[in-house]
Amino acid sequence: MDLLREFERQNPRALARAISLAEAGRGADLVRALYPRTGRAVTVGLTGPPGVGKSTLASALVREARARGKSVGVVSVDPSSPFSRGALLGDRIRLAEHFTDESVFIRSMASRGHLGGLAGATADAVLLMDAFGYDLVLIETVGVGQSEIAIAELAQTTIVALQPGSGDSIQVLKAGIMEIADVFVVNKSDHPMADQLRREIRSMMEMLHWTGWVPELVSTQALEGRGVDELVAAIERHVAYLNETGEIERRRRDAFSHQVRQLALGRLEERLDRALRAQPDDELDPYGAADRVVSQLWGE
Amino acid sequence: MASKGSAAMLRQAQHEAQDELETMKRPTGRWGRNGPGSGALDRTISDVPLQVVYGPEDGSPGRYPYTRGIHPNGYRDRLWTMRQFAGFGTASQTNERYHFLLEHGQHGLSVAFDMPTLMGYDSDAPQARGEVGKCGVAIDSLADMEILFDGIDMGEITTSMTINGPACIALAQYVAAAEKKGIPRAKLGGTIQADILKEYIAQKEWIFPPRPHMRIIVDMIAFCTREMPKWNTISISGYHIREAGSTAAQELAFTLADGFAYVEACTAAGMDVDEFAPRLSFFFNSHIDFFEEIAKFRAARRIYARHMREKYGARNPRSWQLRFHTQTAGCSATAQQPENNIVRVAYEAMAAVLGGTQSLHTNSMDEVLALPTEKSVEIALRTQQVLAYETNVTNVVDPLGGAYFVEALTDEMERQAESYFAQIAEYGGVIEAIEAGFFQREIAEASYRYQRSIETRDRIVVGVNGFVHDVDEEAIDLLKITEATERAQARAVQDVRANRDAAAAARALEGLQAACRDPKENLMPHLIDCVNAYCTEGEIVDAMAKVYGRYTERAVL
Amino acid sequence: MADRPLRIVIAKAGLDGHDRGAKVIARALRDAGMEVIYTGLFQTPEQIVQTAIQEDADGIGLSILSGAHMTLFPLVVEQLRGQDAADIVFFGGGTIPAEDAKRLKELGVREIFTPGAPLQEIIDFVERECGKRRALVG
Repeated sequence: MDLLREFERQNPRALARAISLAEAGRGADLVRALYPRTGRAVTVGLTGPPGVGKSTLASALVREARARGKSVGVVSVDPSSPFSRGALLGDRIRLAEHFTDESVFIRSMASRGHLGGLAGATADAVLLMDAFGYDLVLIETVGVGQSEIAIAELAQTTIVALQPGSGDSIQVLKAGIMEIADVFVVNKSDHPMADQLRREIRSMMEMLHWTGWVPELVSTQALEGRGVDELVAAIERHVAYLNETGEIERRRRDAFSHQVRQLALGRLEERLDRALRAQPDDELDPYGAADRVVSQLWGE
Repeated sequence: MASKGSAAMLRQAQHEAQDELETMKRPTGRWGRNGPGSGALDRTISDVPLQVVYGPEDGSPGRYPYTRGIHPNGYRDRLWTMRQFAGFGTASQTNERYHFLLEHGQHGLSVAFDMPTLMGYDSDAPQARGEVGKCGVAIDSLADMEILFDGIDMGEITTSMTINGPACIALAQYVAAAEKKGIPRAKLGGTIQADILKEYIAQKEWIFPPRPHMRIIVDMIAFCTREMPKWNTISISGYHIREAGSTAAQELAFTLADGFAYVEACTAAGMDVDEFAPRLSFFFNSHIDFFEEIAKFRAARRIYARHMREKYGARNPRSWQLRFHTQTAGCSATAQQPENNIVRVAYEAMAAVLGGTQSLHTNSMDEVLALPTEKSVEIALRTQQVLAYETNVTNVVDPLGGAYFVEALTDEMERQAESYFAQIAEYGGVIEAIEAGFFQREIAEASYRYQRSIETRDRIVVGVNGFVHDVDEEAIDLLKITEATERAQARAVQDVRANRDAAAAARALEGLQAACRDPKENLMPHLIDCVNAYCTEGEIVDAMAKVYGRYTERAVL
Repeated sequence: MADRPLRIVIAKAGLDGHDRGAKVIARALRDAGMEVIYTGLFQTPEQIVQTAIQEDADGIGLSILSGAHMTLFPLVVEQLRGQDAADIVFFGGGTIPAEDAKRLKELGVREIFTPGAPLQEIIDFVERECGKRRALVG
C-alpha cells in the first residue's frame, strides 16, 4: 500500500504499519514527511512499578478522555522481555473495553531489537499517533528503571503511579523518580496503608527544592473509577501551566533533543560496533584501544 | 466441563437409576456378607478373610486427623456415589430428561448450566452468540427455573447446581420456584458450587471483583445456615485449578487455602465455625500420577482437620472432616488413540477410591474430541462399577496406609502445601495473592513446564509423543444444539421482560442495589424478591455490577 | 526473517475461560522469538480483529473450547475481510471435531490445531505462513 497516502486517508492499518517500520528502524522517511503535522497532541506518560494497577488507570483515563470527546492513542511499552527476541505482551487486556472504539488506537511495544533504543521507537510511535490526529497520546510503561525515565522525557506530563503497602513503591521514590513526576497517583486508595504512602510522598517532596510546578498528589481507586476525574483535572492544570508559562516549549525541545540524542547514539553505536569488529587483534591496553578506535571514528 | 449427548444421557440415566437402587438395597454396617452381587466382601476372591482396616489403632480411619479416611468402615458402610454431571439445551428439553431420570429411580439431579448463564448474561445478550444451550441448560429467569422443575417434587429430590459467579441468583431462583409450588425452603436439599475464588485462580467464570463476591458468598452461607438446613452451601474446588495446569501440590494448597478463606470470611462476619463448617465440601481432580494423587487426598484430609481444629477452633468433629467429590482429569485425556483414555480413567478412578473419595465422576474417553458417544458414557460408568464390585479395593479402608512410599509422599504433599500457605500469607491472603497474580503465574509456569516436558520427551504420553501410530479418525456422533435453540431462548427471555409487572421489577432491582451498598443487609432475600418479580439474570447482574463493578483480570502470562 | 520479529495476536473468544492452551501457545511462540500480544479472555470477533490491525499482527491464533467455534471463527473471518485485512494469517485451536475443522478451513481459517498438537508443529506453521505473509507485505 502507499503508506503515506493511506496514512493521510486515516486508514488505521497505515498507522499500524508505520509504527512497525519505526520499530524496525525504517521509519525515518515517514517521520520526516509527517513531522510538520506533529505537535498538536497532548502527550502524557504513565509509569510506576508492576502491580500498581497502571493498566486499569490507563483504561480509566481513556474512558474519561473519551467522555470529553477526545480521541486517544495509547503506546503500551513492556521493557521486561529478557529472553531471546520474543516477548509476551499482555497490557492490552485492561484496555479491552476500548478495542472497538474507532477513536482509540492501542499499540503494544516490546523492548528488544529497536535501533536507537526502545525510547527511540516509542518516540516515533508517539509522533506518528500525534500526526495521525489523536488528541491525547498516552505512553504507558511498566517498571522503575532508566528506560522508564527516558520514556517519561517524551511526555509533556508524567504521571507516576504508586500503591500502598508495597515495598516497590518506596523503592521507586528512593530511586530518583521524584524528579520526573508531574503528578503522583496513589492508586488503590482504599488500602489501609494509603495514608502512610501519601505522607511518605509528601515528606520526600519536602526534601527537594521546587521551582515552578510542584507535583500534585492524587488518590484513585481506578478499578471503580474513583478519583480519575481529579487525576484528569490535575493533568489539565499541568498542561495549562505548561502553556501559560511557555514551559511547554522547553518540554517539546527536551523531547526533541532527547529523540535526536537517541537516534544519534544509535547510529554512533552502529558505527562503533563496526569499527570495533575491524580492530586488529594486537596487545593494546583497553585505554589505548579505546583512544585508537575513537580517533579512527572521527577520522572516518 | 462435561456435557452429554442426548442418547448418551438416556443410557446414563438408566445406569444411574440402577446404581441408586443398588445403593438403597445395601444394608448399613458391615454389608460384606450380603453385599450386592458378591457375597464375599469381607474376604478376597480366594476366600482369605479380611479385616476392615490394618495397622495401629493410633491414627485409624474415622479418627482425627482423618489421614486414613473420615469413616471407620470406609466403603463397607457406604459406597461412593457415582455422580455423572449433565445438561444441555433449553429448560424444557432438560426438564424432559429429568422426568426420565426420576421415573427410573434417580433421587438426585445435577444441573449443568450453559456458558451465558454461568457468566451472568441473558440468552439475547451479544456476548451469548453461539453459546446458548451448548454446554448446559440456559436459565435466564425464574420462568426457566419453573419450567426446569415443572412436575418435579422439589421437596423430595436433591439437586446439585454447578454454578459460581451467579450462584446466588440460581439459588434464589431455585428457592422461588419451590416456594411457588408451596415447598418451603427449609425442605430443599442439594449442593451449589459457589466457589468463586478458584474462578479468579483458574476457571475464569467470574463477574464481580473478589471482595464483593466474597461478601455474596458469606451472605449465601449465612442464609443457608439459617433457613436451608438441608442445603450444602459450597463446594470448594481444586478440579479446575488442576485442569488449568497446576501441580498436585498446588491443587491441594490453593484449594484448601480457598476453603480457609471462606471459613475466615464467615467467622469474620460473626458466624460460629461449627455452625457452617459441617456443610462445606470439596471437589478434587484425580490425575494420572497414581500414588501422588492418593497422597494428595490423604494429605488434604489431614491438613484440613488440623487447621479446622487447631487454627479455627472447631469443636464438632464434623467440622474437621474433609468430604470430597472427585472427577478424573479431563486434561490427561488425549485426542490421539482416544480408547486409551478408558485405561487412564480407570487408573485415575482407582486412585480416587484408594484416596477415599465420597463421590466420583468418570470422564468419557472421547470428551477431548467432542460431546461423548452413548457407548463411551456407558464405559465411563461401567469403569466405576467394575472398580466398586469386582476389584475388591473397597474391602479394606485406606489399604495403602503405612506404605513407606505413600506415607512419605503424603508428608511431602503436606509440606509443599504448608509452604504455599506461607507464601499466600506473605501476600496478605488469598484475595491479595489473586490480585498480585500469584496463583495464575504459578499455574501458568507449571503448565508450561509440563507441556515442555512432553515436547522434549522427558515425559511420555502414549499415543502423543510415544507409541504413535496413524489411524483414521473415527466418525463421532455429535449432539448439535441448533441456532433455533438460541433464537427461541432469546425470544423467551424477551417475552419475560415484556409481560411482567415492570414497576415491580424495577422496585426489586432498586431494593437489591440498596442492599448491595449496605454490608449489614443479607442479599439473599432481596435476590429472591428480584427473581420473583421476574427480573432476568442479566438484569440482576447488571444492577449488582453498578455497585460492585465488573472484574477484569490482570494479565498473567 | 525480517528485521523485526513476527507479531502474533493470541486471543480467547466467547465465554469460556479455559486459557491453559492459549497461554502455553503464547509462551511457546515467544520462546521461538516472536512478539505475542495476548488479548485476554472473552473477546468478541470485532475486538480481536481491531487488536490485530492496531498491533500490525502477522497472524491471529484463536482458542475456543466452549463449542461456539462454528459461530465465532466465521465471524472473525468475516471481520477480517470487511476490514480489508484478510492477509493476516488466521488459525485456531480447541476441541473442534474434524468435520467442523474442515468446514472452517473452507471458510478461510488457515489451520485448526486440536488438543495434543505438538507445539513445534504450531511454531513451524506460524513461522512458515506468517513468514510468507511478511515477505509479501514487508
